[in-house]
Amino acid sequence: MIRARGLEKRYGDKRVLKALDIELPRGGFLLVTGPNGSGKTTLLRVCAGLALPSAGEVEISAPRAQIGFLGHEPLVYRELTALENLDLYGRLYHVPERRERIGMLLERFGLWAARNDRASSFSRGMLQRLALCRALLHEPELLVLDEPYSALDEQGAELLDRELAELRPQRTFLVSTHDAKRLDPLASSRLALAA
Amino acid sequence: MRSYAEDVLTLARKDLMLELRARDTLPAMLLFVIAALVVFHFALPADASKLAAKGLLWVAIVFTALVGLTRAFVAEREQRTIDGLLLAPCDRSAIWLAKGVAVLAFLVLAEVVALPAFALFFSGVNGATIAGVALADLGIAGVGTLLAAMASLSRARELLLPLLFLPLAIPVIVGGVGASVVDSPGRYLGFLALYDVVFAIISWASFEYVVTE
Repeated sequence: MIRARGLEKRYGDKRVLKALDIELPRGGFLLVTGPNGSGKTTLLRVCAGLALPSAGEVEISAPRAQIGFLGHEPLVYRELTALENLDLYGRLYHVPERRERIGMLLERFGLWAARNDRASSFSRGMLQRLALCRALLHEPELLVLDEPYSALDEQGAELLDRELAELRPQRTFLVSTHDAKRLDPLASSRLALAA
Repeated sequence: MRSYAEDVLTLARKDLMLELRARDTLPAMLLFVIAALVVFHFALPADASKLAAKGLLWVAIVFTALVGLTRAFVAEREQRTIDGLLLAPCDRSAIWLAKGVAVLAFLVLAEVVALPAFALFFSGVNGATIAGVALADLGIAGVGTLLAAMASLSRARELLLPLLFLPLAIPVIVGGVGASVVDSPGRYLGFLALYDVVFAIISWASFEYVVTE
C-alpha cells in the first residue's frame, strides 16, 4: 500500500526525515513512535499525499479517495455545524447514502445530540471525535492517523479502541502515537523515529 | 465534468455560508470602499476632471478587492482546513475556482454599493465602465485567488499579497480606466477579456503546485 525508499524531507535547512525506508503492505498496521520533533507528523503527511518528499520516493497505491487522514487539527470549519462539516466532506468524497452514513457516525461517536451545534462551540475532545467521523466518513482503505487518542477522554478512547479493532482486519493503517502500548496489539510492524 | 461542477458548487456554497455566519469579509469591503470614495471626494479638488475621478474609482475597486483577498483563505489557514480540501479526491483547481467564485460574489456585492456611491459623489457611471468593472472583477478574482492562496502559506502573508497582487493588477487598471474614459472602449474591454482568459488559465493550471507543501 505504501512503499518509501530513501525518504527525506527538509524544511529550509532543517532535515526532518533522513533516508527512511518504509514498506506497508495492504492490510498492515504500521505503528510509528518517537519523541517530539522526530518527524512522525511529517512522515504521515508525506504518506497521505499532503507533502512532497525533498528526496527519495514514495509510492502510495491508494488513490486520494481511499485515504482517511486524521492530523493534529480536526480539519473542520468552526463556523459550520458538525452536520454541515460532514456533509461538505461527504459531498466532496461523493459518499453514497451520505446522510445515513453521517448520522451513523455521529451516533457512534456520541455527537448526534450536538449535530446542529457549530464546531466552534465544541470542546477539544468533541472536535477530535468529529475529526474521526470526517476521517472515516468515506470508508477509506488506508487510514493515516496522527496521535488519534490526543484530547480524547477515557470514554472517547475506548470508543476509538473498539472502532480500530473492528476496522483492523479490513483496512491498512499508518498510525503515530506516544502511547505505543495501547496500539501495540494491533500493529503488524513498528517504526521508531529518533529525534 | 459534472462531478467537477458539483465540487466547485459545494465549495463555493461553503464559502458563502461561512461568510453569512462570520460576516467578516463583505462588511469590511463595503466599509472600505465607501470610506475610500468619501476620502477621494474630499481629496479631489472641486474642479478636477471626470477622468481623474474615474481613475480613483479603479483605485478604490482594486484596494477593495485586496481587502477581500486578504480574508479569502483565513479559515483554511487558521483552521488548517486547506489540508482537508487537498485530501479530498476533487481536482485541486476546483478549490481555486470555488474560492474565486466566492471572491467574485463579494466583489460584485461591494460594487453594487460602490458604483451608485461613486455616481453620487462624482459622476454617473456609463455602460462601458460597468462592462469594464465586470471584466476586471473576473481577472481580479482569478489571479487574486491564486496569489491569496500563495500568500496564505507564507509567514509574511500580509506583506506578500499586496506585493504580488498590485503589480499584476496594473493591466486591470489600464484596461479599466481606458474603458471608462474613451469614446470607443472596445479595445480596452477586449484587453481586459484577454487578461481574464490568460490569467484564468495560468491560475487554474498552477493552483495545485502553489498549495502543495
